[in-house]
Order: sequence, then structure tokens, then C-alpha cells
Amino acid sequence: MKLVIGLDGHSSGESALAFAKDLAGKTPLCELIVVYVIEWSPFSFQTAEENAQRHKRREEEIALARERVVDPAVAALRDAGLEARAIVRHGDVADTIDNIAHAEGASQIIVARNSAGGLTSRLFGSSTANLVMTARVPVTVVA
Amino acid sequence: MKTSIQTLFAAALLLAGTLPAQAQEAAPSIGDRVNDAFATFTGPFVSFIFAPIPGTGFPWIVMWLVIGATVFTVYFSAVQFRFFGHAVALVKGDYSDPNDAGEVSHFQALATALSGTVGLGNIAGVAVAVGIGGPGATFWMILAGLLGMASKFTECTLGVKYRNEYEDGTVSGGPMYYISKGFDELGLPGGKILAVLFSVFCILGALGGGNMFQANQAHVQITQITGDYPGLITGFIFAAVVFLVIVGGIKSIARVTEKVVPFMGLMYVGAALIVLVVNYDLIGWAFGQIFAGAFTGLGVAGGFVGALIQGFRRAAFSNEAGVGSAAIAHSAVKTKEPITEGFVSLLEPLIDTVVICTMTALVIIISQQLMIDQATGNYMLNEAGDAIATVDGNSGVALTSAAFGSAIGWFPYVLSLAVVLFAFSTMISWSYYGLKAWTYLFGEGKTTELIFKLIFCVFIVIGAAASLGPVIDFSDAAIFAMAVVNIFCLYFLMKVVRAELNNYSARLKSGEIRKFSH
Repeated sequence: MKLVIGLDGHSSGESALAFAKDLAGKTPLCELIVVYVIEWSPFSFQTAEENAQRHKRREEEIALARERVVDPAVAALRDAGLEARAIVRHGDVADTIDNIAHAEGASQIIVARNSAGGLTSRLFGSSTANLVMTARVPVTVVA
Repeated sequence: MKTSIQTLFAAALLLAGTLPAQAQEAAPSIGDRVNDAFATFTGPFVSFIFAPIPGTGFPWIVMWLVIGATVFTVYFSAVQFRFFGHAVALVKGDYSDPNDAGEVSHFQALATALSGTVGLGNIAGVAVAVGIGGPGATFWMILAGLLGMASKFTECTLGVKYRNEYEDGTVSGGPMYYISKGFDELGLPGGKILAVLFSVFCILGALGGGNMFQANQAHVQITQITGDYPGLITGFIFAAVVFLVIVGGIKSIARVTEKVVPFMGLMYVGAALIVLVVNYDLIGWAFGQIFAGAFTGLGVAGGFVGALIQGFRRAAFSNEAGVGSAAIAHSAVKTKEPITEGFVSLLEPLIDTVVICTMTALVIIISQQLMIDQATGNYMLNEAGDAIATVDGNSGVALTSAAFGSAIGWFPYVLSLAVVLFAFSTMISWSYYGLKAWTYLFGEGKTTELIFKLIFCVFIVIGAAASLGPVIDFSDAAIFAMAVVNIFCLYFLMKVVRAELNNYSARLKSGEIRKFSH
């Protein structure tokens, strides 16, 4: 069985990780895929100079996400004797997590309740809410 | 050696720009004399670039751009029409590998290049074309835009194919790179010299048409609302903001501009559509005027040839097809297939000229700002006899503004804001084009880049503060001189693009290249 854990870099992600760890510990041959999505749209506007440096910036963003978020999470899961790996991607958070889960054949997506609040999430919905509404794989939202 | 040449070049550029300004502040007569001296010095070059073909009033440089665009259209068997649908699919991201997410998308490269071209040419340039050449100029403008799509396709494919990708992940591309590398690859001599020549013209064009002209026109536009005040103030404010962006690295200002400019562009097209919808009964008549004027002139100065010259000339000024500037902007895209960026770039003249310029022209025609002699049905000429008489005697931006204002009373204020923002975004784009040419000549490096950026900011102040007709003429000539070098080299390099096109088409047909399911 494969479980996809979506992290957003906030402390609330810890609860998703703990829930997945607990679930995987009770399930034989369970693989955990820790996913971190860097919010990005191919339809945003950039200056020519930003474009010229984009590849470099992308590499830096991925390295930072690995170093600060996913690598420590994967290390913690492996220390607990679980099989785990990490994926870092750019894109729309909900779409990308769903696409990865679908492509990997995961049986479940585990995410934390979105920590971001405020006007933006009220207007456009949080990434978690979007994922719950659009995912093709069962989603568990951890409080 | 390189540093001393760089310092000399910088000093010469600064001298060329600051002398007139300093002189003008001291005494206008001296300023005039310096301007005259500058005009005398650069005059032969300007006259050469804009010289008419003997026996006609047709500037050869416009013919050079149109012939180039026609040759590329024929050579690539009307690529702009055959691959139009594919270009749209590429921009939508249908062929983008999801694993490349986070890199520069086709849409972003196109939007960046467009923000450098959509601007005064679409607002003021079209008014000049229609004001002098009559509605018929629109027909030739559209034709030039359609043909120019093939020029963009050729130069932008080469821009990506021969770009430099550095170890730190940054990229530099553009005509100077494809000319030198492409000529070397084909075993042709003179690539380096032509690339250097292109770079020199590109720097001068960036400081002139891409900077001083923009600052100057933005100031003129602001004073129409606020009343007259010294251009030095506008110049310092613009220079300070541009300085913060390009030297200070305050990306947020550029980001805001890059978001606001497309919005203003959409708002401009939206307002034009409103004017057209409100006057829907006149649209048929307007197109009738465009077609009739294209072949008869409808009484404009120079007849239908006058309409043709204005249409072709303003289209070339607006979409920059064949100039080579867009190849610099497009070269940052992430793609394994250089030709895909060529397909995407061919949408640029379509959006800039065929859509936006035509909208402006239709609004001017439909608003009936151009005066018609009811007895003959022909347009009436002004007192000087060099342009069509308008209701309030307006020309340029003021004519466009009056045309929109006749239907939407408050729109001239929005238009003024749009002109200022377009000018700012064009400056940011050209600062990058000039910088790339500068670093090609003097090498990449923080100090080298800083020298150019500071020169660029100084020229903003000069452009806004002084009335520098000869300098601006020279700068415009420099932009078109870029096209002389660029199109000349494209004739040698177009076979490289055809090989890419044949190879890509075959793989597209066989299904080897297919859409990604997102």
C-alpha cells in the first residue's frame, strides 16, 4: 500500500506526518511518499531578467524545500523503520498532490487541515479544501 | 583592455546624452546648437536608415523588413498559418512536461516579450498611421503584422537554439549569440563582427527608443493631465523607480508592473470592444473605409502608397518583428525543442499588431475624429496638407485619447495611466535587452552590469528632461539598424531553422511528440 503525505512547511504538517506514521506502522508493506508542492503557475507574469534566472531559482527552491521540509520528514519516517521517499514539485498544490497520488497508485492522501487562514482562503478556498473537492484518491484531513 | 574600451564606450554614451541636457539648462540657444551638432554628426546615419527608395517616398528600411518577412513566410511555407493551432496549444501548456513545472513556461516567455512590444506603438503609432495614411493604412498594417509573424518565428527559434546556458543555471540569448555561434557552425566568416555590430546597435536602441523616447512620451502624457512642469522631475522619479528595480533588485515593483501591464492591455482591448459594440452599425462601414483606403487612399497625402507606407512602417515600429529584440526575451524558456519557442513567438505580432493595433485603428475610424468631405467622400487634409484634418486638430496619443473619450468620457485618464505603465514596462524590457548586448561585448560580471544599468538610469532623466529630437531620431535609427544586421544574418541561418522545422514536423506527425495529460 502507498500513502501520499502532503506537507506545506507549517507545523500543522507534523500532525499529518504523525497520523501517517501511525497508520503505516499498522499496515504491512506500506510505502510513504512525502510530497511538498511549491505554489507556482505557468501563467504568471515575470520580467525578462527573472526568466533568465528562473532555472537557477527553481533549483534553489527545490533544494530549500528538501533541506527544510521533506528530508527531515523522510529521515524521521525511516528512523521509525518505515519505507519513505520524497517528491518536491512546482505547481498548483491541490492538483499536483492529486496527480502524484494518481500516478503513483496511492490508496490515500493524508494532509493537515490548512494552517493558512484569512481573506484569500475565504475567497478562493484553501489548498486542502480544493484537494478534498477534486481528488481522485481518498483524502484524510488531520486536525 | 576590455575594461578601458568599456569605460570609453560608457563615457562616450554619457557624453552624447548629457551634453544636450546640460547645455539646454544653461541656455536654450546653446542646447539647440548642441542638438544641431549632434544631428549633423548622426544625421548621415539617420538619413541612411530612413532614406526613401529612389523615385518613391518609401523608406528602404521598411521595405527591408517587409521583404524579410515575406521571404521567411514563403521559405517556411506560411508557417504562421500552418502551425497557428499548435502555437496556441504550446502556450496553453498542452505539450509541457509536468516534471519541468517551475521553469519558464511558453506563456511566460510570450507575456514577457509582449510587455516589451505592447506600448506606445499600439496607441500613438497607430494614430499616426491612420492620421496620415487614412483608414487604408490599417489594411497594410494588418498585412505587415501577419507577415512579421514569420520573422519572429525565425529569430526566436534561433534565439533558443544558440543561447548560452551557464553553470549557475542562468541563460543569455539573442541575435548576438546566434549570429556568432550559427555562423561558426555553418563555417561562414564574419559572425563575430556582425554580432558585435548588432550589439552596438542594440545598446544604442535600448538607450534611445527603449528608454529616452519612452520617458519623453510618458512625461508628455503626464503633463496633459497635471499641466506643464519640468521633465527633470518625471525623469528623476522614473529613473529612481527603474534604479530600484534593475540595480536595487526590488523585484516587487517589476512584479506589480508585470501584473498591471497585462491588465491594462486587456482593459484597453476591452474598452475598444465596448466602443465597437456601442457603434456596431458602423463596423461594416469602417472595414469598407479600410479596404477602400488601402487601394485608393481616399484622398490622403500620397494616395494609396501613402497609406501603404504608414501601415507597414507603424506595424514594424510596433511589433519589432525582424529587429531581434524578441529573440533576447524568448531565449529564457525551458524547452528541449527550440522550434517550439519559434511557434509561440509568432503569436506576438498577431496579438500586438493584428489585434491591438487594429482595435485602435477601428476606434479612431468609428469615432469619426478624421474629417470627411461629405461631397466627395474623401478625407480632408489639414492646413499643412501632410495629414488628415481631425475634429480637434489632434494627432498621435491625443487622437487616440479623443477617439476613446468620445465614447467613454473618463477613458483618457485610464489611457494616460496605461501609457505611463506601458512606457515603464518597455523600459524594464529594453534595459534587459541592452544589458545582454552590453555583457556580450564586455563580458558577464557584476561591475560590468552595474555600469550599463547606471548609464540606463541617467538616460531616463535625459530623455524625460530634454527635447532631443536628433538623439531620438538616432536611437530609432539604431533600433532599425539592428534589423539590418539581424535580417541579413537570418537569411544565412534560416536553413538551420528549416532543418529544425522539418525534423519537428515529422515527429509531430508520427506521434513521437504528443500532448501530456495534465
